[in-house]
Amino acid sequence: MTQSLNYFKETPSQTAGPYVHIGCTPNFSGLNGVFSEDLGVKILNDQAEGTRITVRGVVYDGKGAPIKDALVEIWQADAKGLFNSPSEIRGAADPNFSGWGRCPGEMESGEFVFETIKPGVVPFKDGRPMAPHITFWIVARGINIGLHTRMYFPEEIDANAADPILSRIDHKSRVPTLIATQNGSEYRFDIHLQGDNETVFFDI
Amino acid sequence: MSNEKRAQGAFFQRDRNWHAPAYTPTYKTSVLRSPQKALLSLDNSISEMTGPVFGHNQIGELDNDLILNFSQNGELPVGERIIVHGRVMDERGLPVKGALLELWQANAGGRYRHKKETYLAPLDPNFGGCGRTITDDNGDYHFRTIKPGPYPWPNGVNDWRPAHIHFSVFGDGFAQRLITQMYFEGDPLIWKCPIVQTIPSEEAVRQLIAPLDMGNTIPMDSLAYKFDIVLRGRRSTMFDNRREGN
Ligand SMILES: [Fe+3]
Repeated sequence: MTQSLNYFKETPSQTAGPYVHIGCTPNFSGLNGVFSEDLGVKILNDQAEGTRITVRGVVYDGKGAPIKDALVEIWQADAKGLFNSPSEIRGAADPNFSGWGRCPGEMESGEFVFETIKPGVVPFKDGRPMAPHITFWIVARGINIGLHTRMYFPEEIDANAADPILSRIDHKSRVPTLIATQNGSEYRFDIHLQGDNETVFFDI
Repeated sequence: MSNEKRAQGAFFQRDRNWHAPAYTPTYKTSVLRSPQKALLSLDNSISEMTGPVFGHNQIGELDNDLILNFSQNGELPVGERIIVHGRVMDERGLPVKGALLELWQANAGGRYRHKKETYLAPLDPNFGGCGRTITDDNGDYHFRTIKPGPYPWPNGVNDWRPAHIHFSVFGDGFAQRLITQMYFEGDPLIWKCPIVQTIPSEEAVRQLIAPLDMGNTIPMDSLAYKFDIVLRGRRSTMFDNRREGN
């Protein structure tokens, strides 16, 4: 006999179902008058430091159809690479930038949009710099457990090449699924759940 | 190490055999929405170990009271009045303070207040179906609501969802992010539901079934159900390789 580890099991995930918006973005879904405002709508205010960017995309299913009932959340560092989080121990993040955003897909097109800033560099646990990136989490009807991935920036060619996460991807042909396309301050990051362009999702 | 120190370590690896796999063909929508390639397995970086904090100032006074938060002219929703309460803790049994819980549910007839909902059961003019709250220093939370009804859904020819409440849970790290559903003790529909059946083991399903909690019922007023939620635990940071300044 040994001692017991006494660990609990994580509560099993279940799909968000078709009506996740009722609970997470009720004002967006037309359920007004309960919550004063939907959380995660505004990531920054006018005083936030850094380069303003817009991130747009669509989550596509295995037949290439846009998913219209997804909920997408992002989490990122500020312009200096610090997170606005109590668990951040490296310094104080920009108080004008929350780093967290939540967006339901638009009901007809499925497109999500975030108005944010370009994040700074965050160190990997061995101290190597990670290329600037935005962490994504995606849920929808038919997704049994939320999907984690990251968006990287196409102009960061050298930083991306040295990134400790991107360099862990065995099939180099899949790396571009994590890199947005750029048009000025607009970035496009489409997410493919299946198919030749299936986005790399993380067990992290 | 002081207990006051804010949790910082990397999270325990997720037990992917405990959760539903992505591809579960008896739940048909998963067929085209399940990644088919292997996930990239990684230990957490700071990007996943951190997460936003939610303040009580963002939450309204009635946000956790679904009996009152959509009531029109003081009239109350139809249905069994219940209290849903519990504790959010991590896999080590430590309370998760300041966790954001958001919930949504159908009304007593099994109908959601949503534009795309087509079930013939009527809307309840006094029931919205959404609530949110933040856990206290012990990780405890409570809601007041009405018991949702079961409803049929297009999957198999005759599939019904057991009565359930959807929960979105935000702990203190982004890697803990979780959405789940709470079921009610004694509901025979639980074991017939294709969405419940995506979960591989009966033991794991039981973790989603809230028992009736007579001790916390309010006599002549509301029944109570207890629903504890477990989020991923954090490793101790004692021997984690952190460089100066990281
Ligand atoms: Fe539901």
